[in-house]
Amino acid sequence: MKVRTWPALAALALACACTGAMAQSGADTIKKIEEYRQALASGNPAELWEARGEDLWKKKAGPKGASLETCDLGKGPGRVSGAYAELPKFFADAGQVMDLEARLVHCRMNIQGLSQAEARARPFGNGNQRSDNEALVAFITAESRGVKMNVALDHPKLRESYELGKKMFYFRGGPHDFSCATCHSETGKRIRLQDLPNLTETKDAQRAYTTWPAYRVSQGELRTFQWRLFDCFRQQRFPALEFTSEASIALTTFLARNANGAEFNAPAIKR
Amino acid sequence: MKIISRTLMGAGALATIAGCASMSDARYVQQAAEVLRASFKESGQATLDRLTQDQPQAVCSVELDKKPPVAELERMEKAQQALLKYPADGKLLGDWREGEKIAQSGVGKQFSDNPTSPAGGNCYACHQMSPAEISFGTIGPPLLGYGKLRGNSEAMQRYTYGKIYNPQAFTACSNMPRFGHNGILTEQQIKHVTALLLDPDSPVNK
Repeated sequence: MKVRTWPALAALALACACTGAMAQSGADTIKKIEEYRQALASGNPAELWEARGEDLWKKKAGPKGASLETCDLGKGPGRVSGAYAELPKFFADAGQVMDLEARLVHCRMNIQGLSQAEARARPFGNGNQRSDNEALVAFITAESRGVKMNVALDHPKLRESYELGKKMFYFRGGPHDFSCATCHSETGKRIRLQDLPNLTETKDAQRAYTTWPAYRVSQGELRTFQWRLFDCFRQQRFPALEFTSEASIALTTFLARNANGAEFNAPAIKR
Repeated sequence: MKIISRTLMGAGALATIAGCASMSDARYVQQAAEVLRASFKESGQATLDRLTQDQPQAVCSVELDKKPPVAELERMEKAQQALLKYPADGKLLGDWREGEKIAQSGVGKQFSDNPTSPAGGNCYACHQMSPAEISFGTIGPPLLGYGKLRGNSEAMQRYTYGKIYNPQAFTACSNMPRFGHNGILTEQQIKHVTALLLDPDSPVNK
């Protein structure tokens, strides 16, 4: 596997070196990056997060000394396989719509006895300051790999969350007047050389959603969908999106539902 | 019997939904704004008032095919035109070299940015400009040869300065930030970017 990686890297370097040569090379570079991505996929560092997440899921922890193995992610207590492909969901025991990350906070509080502050602490890791959330999400999402996205808007609150998320997608604000739609509502656009998915178009929306979480090569970190939204809003010049806030879940409902029918394929690997 | 009553109920509910489509739409718009305000926290220079929309932001927060009718868009453009501010000294062209630096810089106004450093225009994120810069985005139209095509008349200088200052004075609901109107770039910075676009010596026009 490693043997395959290095020639791919060399090919990528070559592709980058002659980017300026002609207009066509842009497409070549994208193709090479895609090849590089595929070469890495079977040795995706995300596996390290997945393994740590599985340990965290099974380990007894918190004041109650309980593991998360009885946590109900929507398919019954302890059932992880295929759960992520159906989230967000309305959870009657919490009386609200939750994405995976909100549900994990709920389980860590109710099953393990953590305080809300403890359960919501450090949602995103940074080098040695590792995030339990990112590891748990890596483990749980990997258990939906190959499963078709199937977010059923089967509760009025979930339907409402979808409609609110849709309005938020078009909400313009801040000093730059940006909304999600500014960058993500036309096909074939890019920022600098970075291709932008058109999240209002089914194919792009499916490809984008089903490849999060992802190991980000440029950061050396595994990033979740909550992080994706948080960092988009930072670049939108908005204030800081609160982890597992109602708006973050509404936007996730809107985007996850729009990916319905596509095979989930993450944790992925991105630039 | 049960089946009939359920069908009737269903039909009734459908009729209600159709009748209230625009009403529930307006309710969702308002509710979404409220939920957004409750879901963010102030961070650095990014304060919560950034979630309070002005009139163009509110009107333009819609899908592309739901934009207001042309007459309304023209009325909005006039209202924004009335807010345009041109430099008191009457000079509109700065130094294109400074303009190139501003066009390249993507920092400014993010909560992760140093609030005391000047913001960039980040023009290349969306536009092709100088031919040497091949890392350009495509959300906005290419501006290569902008001044060569249009000339450097005073009218063109005023239009270009005004367009950077507030693009919505010319195209309502434009994707482009209102750099002057919203205080992203200073008057002097906008002069420099205007020069990058119009100065015959600028690489944009070579």
